Amino acid sequence: MTVRARVIPCLDVADGRVVKGVNFVDLVDAGDPVEQARAYDAAGADELCFLDITASHEARGTLLDVVSRTAAVCFMPLTVGGGVRSAEDARALLLAGADKVAVNSAALARPELVSDIAERFGSQCCVASVDARRVGDGWEVFTHGGRRATGIDAVVHALRLAELGAGELLVTSMDRDGTRDGYDLALVRAIADRTEVPVVASGGVGTLDDLVAGVTEGHASAVLAASIFHFGQATVAEAHAALAAAGVPVRAH
Amino acid sequence: MTLALIDYQAGNLHSVANALRAAGCADLVVTADPDAVARADRIVLPGVGAFGACAAALRAVDGLVPALERRVLEQGAPFLGICVGMQLLATAGEELGRHAGLGWIDGTVRRIDVAGTDAKVPHMGWNDVVPQAEHVLIVPGEAYFLHSYAFDGAHVVATTDHAGPVTAAVARDTVVGVQFHPEKSQRYGLALLERFLAWRP
Repeated sequence: MTVRARVIPCLDVADGRVVKGVNFVDLVDAGDPVEQARAYDAAGADELCFLDITASHEARGTLLDVVSRTAAVCFMPLTVGGGVRSAEDARALLLAGADKVAVNSAALARPELVSDIAERFGSQCCVASVDARRVGDGWEVFTHGGRRATGIDAVVHALRLAELGAGELLVTSMDRDGTRDGYDLALVRAIADRTEVPVVASGGVGTLDDLVAGVTEGHASAVLAASIFHFGQATVAEAHAALAAAGVPVRAH
Repeated sequence: MTLALIDYQAGNLHSVANALRAAGCADLVVTADPDAVARADRIVLPGVGAFGACAAALRAVDGLVPALERRVLEQGAPFLGICVGMQLLATAGEELGRHAGLGWIDGTVRRIDVAGTDAKVPHMGWNDVVPQAEHVLIVPGEAYFLHSYAFDGAHVVATTDHAGPVTAAVARDTVVGVQFHPEKSQRYGLALLERFLAWRP
């Protein structure tokens, strides 16, 4: 077999706590990201993603502590994003135990941030995150949770970040995020078909079929989802089974 | 039994240290001190980033490479290289220019060739470890890979498949190197580290 499609639960973290509730019954503290990470590790998640949605400078210490405590108990790759503005920010996360660091807003003003990180720590740990909305025939990069347009073409921007050294592209549809209507497959495919680096589909998963479509129709290498896992609608094992049933290579359980 | 985890400012030390402790390593020192290397019973060399930068960082520590060579190659202490720590065993690496490696295992580290396929680079994610030779540490399973360059040379004991065979592990005498990340490979990875800790070659 070849490299497996990855299933990546994503936790939104604010001030060191998980923002959305999770209904894992066996958690002592459902707001603790470390407890949730442990549960996903045990469930066989292929990777885990923390997005720090506070991302204020004051919250950095808290985030680093969460990453460090997570890395001490989870033996799967951990991507951390939110508020990374410099190679030093990335270094602090990597030293705390993150395996990959996702850059977003700061790479809009200064795309070279991606090459700074890639040159110092390697492309393999630099994830470029792009939030996009459909505008006319294409997609535009949006900031501030999808509320503010930038006038930047999302596909062009994503491809440029890959050329600058990003080892992976995390592509989120702000139109679909939270809707449960499925990924914007055309957006994911428009980027995945034009780059050599892996693309992670994000935003809008409502069912296991959406995950499958992310790979089979979106051509993503990995599928990210939040609520369907957090609220117990589906397990990682069920996600793997659905992908396998569609002929997508996945990890054995 | 003291295990020296080599700190040359290029590794994902904490992840590897955490995993070694979880695998049962009670006496772990994170060090670049040649004297500590000389006393260590086992040695682990991690590594993330570019080959040339890692090779330079390793050589920048005065006396470290000679101490490793004496302890491992002459005295036979068990050694595990991980990811770039495995690639550094090669004669040379071709990432961002050609750089000399430790030369403990004949071979060259080259960019993974996926031309004409839909395979992605970096090779990122879970993939098979397929033994190609008998080795007590290397068993079949799935491990997490994260790399754009791969070892091409002698003493390959396991491969994986990414648009063709890609070296997953090398071994020679008391030296073992794995391209994948045991510290990120959940049960499979921790079990490999347990075998390494128990290994008496």
